[in-house]
Amino acid sequence: MLRIEGLKKVFNPGRVNEVTALRGVNLHLPANQFVTLIGSNGSGKTTLFNCIAGVYSPTAGRIRIDGEDVTTWAEYKRAALIGRVFQDPLLGSADTMTIAENLTLALLRSRSLGLRKGVTRERRKLFQSILEPLMLDLEHRLDTRVALLSGGQRQALTLLMASLTRPKILLLDEYTAALDPTTAKRIIDITRKIVTEQEITTLMITHNMRLALEHGDRMLMMDRGEIVLDLDAQQKNDMTIESLLAQFARVRGEPIHDDEILLASD
Amino acid sequence: MGGKEYRGLNHTWLGFFILLALLGLLILPGIGSLSVNVWVGSVATGLCFALVALGVFITFRVLNFPDLTIDGSFPLGASIAATLISSGFDAYLSLPVAFAGGALAGVATALIAIKLKIHSLLASILTTTALITVNLRVMGRSNIPLLNEATVFTPFIEPVRGVLNQLGGENLVRLSNNVLAILLTGAVVLLVKLLFDAFMQTEIGLALRATGANPQMIRAYGTDTQKTIVLGLALSNGLVGLSGALFAQYQGFADVNMGLGLIIAGLAAVIVGETLFRPRSISGATAAVVLGMIVYRIAIAAALNIKIPLPEGEVFRIGTQDIKLATALIVLLALGVTQVQKRNEG
Repeated sequence: MLRIEGLKKVFNPGRVNEVTALRGVNLHLPANQFVTLIGSNGSGKTTLFNCIAGVYSPTAGRIRIDGEDVTTWAEYKRAALIGRVFQDPLLGSADTMTIAENLTLALLRSRSLGLRKGVTRERRKLFQSILEPLMLDLEHRLDTRVALLSGGQRQALTLLMASLTRPKILLLDEYTAALDPTTAKRIIDITRKIVTEQEITTLMITHNMRLALEHGDRMLMMDRGEIVLDLDAQQKNDMTIESLLAQFARVRGEPIHDDEILLASD
Repeated sequence: MGGKEYRGLNHTWLGFFILLALLGLLILPGIGSLSVNVWVGSVATGLCFALVALGVFITFRVLNFPDLTIDGSFPLGASIAATLISSGFDAYLSLPVAFAGGALAGVATALIAIKLKIHSLLASILTTTALITVNLRVMGRSNIPLLNEATVFTPFIEPVRGVLNQLGGENLVRLSNNVLAILLTGAVVLLVKLLFDAFMQTEIGLALRATGANPQMIRAYGTDTQKTIVLGLALSNGLVGLSGALFAQYQGFADVNMGLGLIIAGLAAVIVGETLFRPRSISGATAAVVLGMIVYRIAIAAALNIKIPLPEGEVFRIGTQDIKLATALIVLLALGVTQVQKRNEG
């Protein structure tokens, strides 16, 4: 579904502040896989996401989604293929607009927009039927402005919007990190339900090692712009947080100093 | 986690009262002695300028893309209308052409800002500066009188005079020009407002609003935000061009300088409307900015009527030369109060 070959990204090339964020990433995600991705700050996880989504154009390498080479496509053009949820719940929806208006925009993803009415009666019915089983109490608040929702509700809405039109790939970028543990678990449960039902290939960045081990069919670890560890479901099941930390220290050549990762491990 | 509030200014009672006090200070001393004709004239002028307020609302509020081009697109609309009419074209033809001219000016600013990555304010100043030449070239001189030409108002003036004469004789007939302007521009403004409200609910309208609220998000859903910004600026400046065409025909001439400082007047109207009427929806907001422009024009008319007796029998009067300062102070105060409140909350 997603095939990445030799992906490199250098920021400010040739300048004093030159940074190599990705140094040759190769990755193949088969369809329907749920993959977790861990790594310390600055390891290149988010840069990888930005390259996949088309926010950055890579310095070298190719990106294929569902067989199509999208390397040079602009972000808005790739939008039909990719759903994305960010850490900040404020980023995923338009806060001055209502739930129904936001969902309508998500529903119209990459279709040519017209002078037709945006929020139609049929669309409202559709949104209600999608929101109801999630038990977020949003199905009767379609005309509420998103600014009035809680962080958890906004993140759930973003997730729903991102997956509404069955994208080829769903990118989740530490999307539960800003939520309290109960809400975070709820959101992840909803995510599993949606991606399983809709059969969406999912790549999830997390700082939380437990989360990375507990969820998904495969786990990747990035360090200094490279994928340094790739565990399948079996290997992942056999892995404990302690052995993962030891593995991480081995591939890095030094123990982890990243507080966030250590804290998140217990 | 609390979300950001609706991006309107001064949605607090403090801002409301400060603005009310300020308007009162301008209006109350002069309002008692306002003649009926000045009242009616203020409403007529306010309606002529109402589309400017709507244009400012589109760029500053909906699109979140501050644009000063209206200082140039307003006289452009006026120049185009005056030139067409004085060359013998039908006055009603001047309205769509003025809209198109203004829209082109908006497109120019949008393209400069987007393609060359120049800040929107600088891009719009560039366009406005260039438009001074364009306007002079369109008119061939710095102003064109329209007093003896057939304007959009001409076909209706006799019927209006007749009706007013029936109703109240000579006293009302004196008001006929302004009454007609209120009826005709009011109809145009109402039509534009209703069309705009409906447009904001369409798929493209939603994308336009989302471009202002969260451009990153709407790009992720496949909207080319460059296109929505071009569209928004074209719409905004098109309405301002239309407004210029209407106002030139109402006041009876077009002048190359008639857009000077108009952006601040437009902002003042938006702020006054949002503060006084506290709209909760898009259609409420468009009504509020239209009414805001009318209130603003009445405030100016009242302020111009203030007479402060000085010793030795002299009288200090607020003159038209003082209006720009007063307007700038209103906007400054409204913005200042918002900033201070933000600081106190944060």
